[in-house]
Amino acid sequence: MYRYDEFDSAFVKQRVTQFRGQVARRLAGELSEDEFKPLRLMNGLYLQLHAYMLRVAIPYGTLSSRQMRKLAHIARTYDRGYGHFTTRQNIQYNWPKLEDVPEILEELAEVEMHAIQTSGNCIRNVTADHFAGASADEIEDPRIYAEIIRQWSSLHPEFSFLPRKFKIAITGAPNDRAAVRLHDIGLQLCRNDAGAVGFEVIVGGGQGRTPIIGTTIRKFLPKAHLLSYLEAILRVYNQLGRRDNLYKARIKILLQQTGAEAFARQVEEEWVHLKDGALTLPAEEIERIEAYFAPPAFEGLPPSDPAFDVRRFEDRDFARWVRSNVAAHKQSGYAIVSISLKPEGEAPGDASAAQMEAVADLAEAYSFDEVLVSHEQNLVLPHVKLSDLPKVWDKLVAFGLATPNIGLVSDIIACPGLDYCNLANARSIPVAQRISQRFRDLNRQHEIGDLKIKISGCINACGHHHVGHIGILGVDKKGEEFYQITLGGSADENAAIGKIVGPAFSYDDVVDAVDSIVDTYLGLRQDNEKFNDTYARVGITPFKEKLYAAA
Amino acid sequence: MPLLKDGQAIDDPWAALPETAPVQDGTTEPALDVDLIVTLDQWRAKREALLQRNGRLGLRLRSDQSPAEIASDLAHFDLIALEFPKFTDGRAYSYARLLRERHGFSGELRAVGNVLRDQLFFMLRCGFDSFEVASHESIAAWHAAISEVTVLYQPAGSGPATGGVLGGPLGRARAVAAE
Repeated sequence: MYRYDEFDSAFVKQRVTQFRGQVARRLAGELSEDEFKPLRLMNGLYLQLHAYMLRVAIPYGTLSSRQMRKLAHIARTYDRGYGHFTTRQNIQYNWPKLEDVPEILEELAEVEMHAIQTSGNCIRNVTADHFAGASADEIEDPRIYAEIIRQWSSLHPEFSFLPRKFKIAITGAPNDRAAVRLHDIGLQLCRNDAGAVGFEVIVGGGQGRTPIIGTTIRKFLPKAHLLSYLEAILRVYNQLGRRDNLYKARIKILLQQTGAEAFARQVEEEWVHLKDGALTLPAEEIERIEAYFAPPAFEGLPPSDPAFDVRRFEDRDFARWVRSNVAAHKQSGYAIVSISLKPEGEAPGDASAAQMEAVADLAEAYSFDEVLVSHEQNLVLPHVKLSDLPKVWDKLVAFGLATPNIGLVSDIIACPGLDYCNLANARSIPVAQRISQRFRDLNRQHEIGDLKIKISGCINACGHHHVGHIGILGVDKKGEEFYQITLGGSADENAAIGKIVGPAFSYDDVVDAVDSIVDTYLGLRQDNEKFNDTYARVGITPFKEKLYAAA
Repeated sequence: MPLLKDGQAIDDPWAALPETAPVQDGTTEPALDVDLIVTLDQWRAKREALLQRNGRLGLRLRSDQSPAEIASDLAHFDLIALEFPKFTDGRAYSYARLLRERHGFSGELRAVGNVLRDQLFFMLRCGFDSFEVASHESIAAWHAAISEVTVLYQPAGSGPATGGVLGGPLGRARAVAAE
């Protein structure tokens, strides 16, 4: 894992001191809320429907057990005993008091964490594959480059007042778990014909009210030029991105209006001036960062473990959990464990302080002290020995963390919705809760198989509904909550935007609608066909006919 | 409006050419030897007359006017003022760096408009060296604003990175020396 050097520590501490001063000026009435707003936003502090909300960055989704314990401590001491893991690998606290926030930031700085650039029109926390460092399909650990980008983008003097927020995601694997085609910039590590490792650069993807799949503007970028190329893209965007309309200000709109080829040309023209300059990454610096992400000291183990096999044979619940929540590891004898934060009837992504501490303990004992946070709002223990899986499972069960539903119908992404957010038109969390209750039969969930449901409470699409196999969007119809359903979306390497199936459903009817869609799928699927494959084969009509038959 | 330059509040030696003022053959107002800031439109309309004068010339650009439009004329100006119509309009940060780092502009680079204390840190790093500020906060407060963060992860107009992968061993040595 990356550890702060003295400069990183100094940087974060200076920012805490600075914000402490700003909060003091606000509390003393020297700053109005209007004047304070841009300052608090630079430090991840939002004013929500009921209270302040603090969004803490978890850079590239990686935590040590010490950091996880600190997050638990903050939840218990300064909030209501829980935190909410978001779709951007951040954690949000929904109830902090303004006067406590400098203290919270101070505590975070002690464990090398912060809330810098988790809001505002700047380069946000860089996200990465949540199986980074563990999956067999990885070319290189993407976090090396995510950390390099974190440094470069921290208080970047030129890019702190962009037309709009700017999100970068990076993956080291061809199977895209980081949704790189749905970010302002997506970076995909790849090899060129000569075998060198570099980046495919994808620009202009995004969700919101104008969902667009990103365009590759450069097939191969050598590592040394990563930052100069990013600076060229950002410089073009900062000068030409629209500033007259909030909803047309993202880079995806600039790319569409300029044309992808013309935009790529502008970037290349700018890059000519920056290439080989002060932003060139020295090979020894890449190696220095790489060393922080070196694989842990894995033991040489056989690919199977008798105790694990016996438990799996004897205990059907354990076996079912293994089937959905345990993934193959690159190292023989190890596995990747996903911890579901989507138990039946709860808010997706919420974790109590006790749960966070339990996960920290497990990471320390069984996963080389490492926890990853997924953009699907779950947690990951990346390096667990097969022989330890029964012990890990037992403890997860004890803490309500063993729901065997990763990737299944109740593993729902949902935004905070009308319960918390002042932009929302409709509630999201209760809809997710009701769907998970409807599908409470876990055997049925496993029979249905992989199915991604994503719910947003408004068109800003924080719940990623556009890319759900089944997407649900809350809309306001004459003061009443309605839900529009889309089908066939995907956030992976086959990224696609879902299509609207027909008229929206009421709050009461939306769960029946989801049930109907699942039934239609089960009736039509051939062999082990995935939902989107069935959908691609049969089209939207059969789903529509069944959904609206009664009407 | 107070003007900050080199860490001091000073009286502005420059005057703006009023939008309506005639400049004919360099003989009418304003006086020949006044240091004058003109808009891009004024420059384009009265270029020859303005060049006849003895006083220094400054150019004021709106945030939708890129310095690239006038790169070949930059040698005529001792000052360029870049407008921030709102502090959230950050185009001029790029313009400032381009002026300093690409076009080699070494005159005074002034931030005008919605210039706030908490933006000063970014502006300085992009190469601005004077600031027209609305606030009457003490100079000490402004100094605090620019010295609160000393770790710089990126090279920019005002100098090299001092930390991180781009700071390198040299950058780190510089940062230690500066403390």
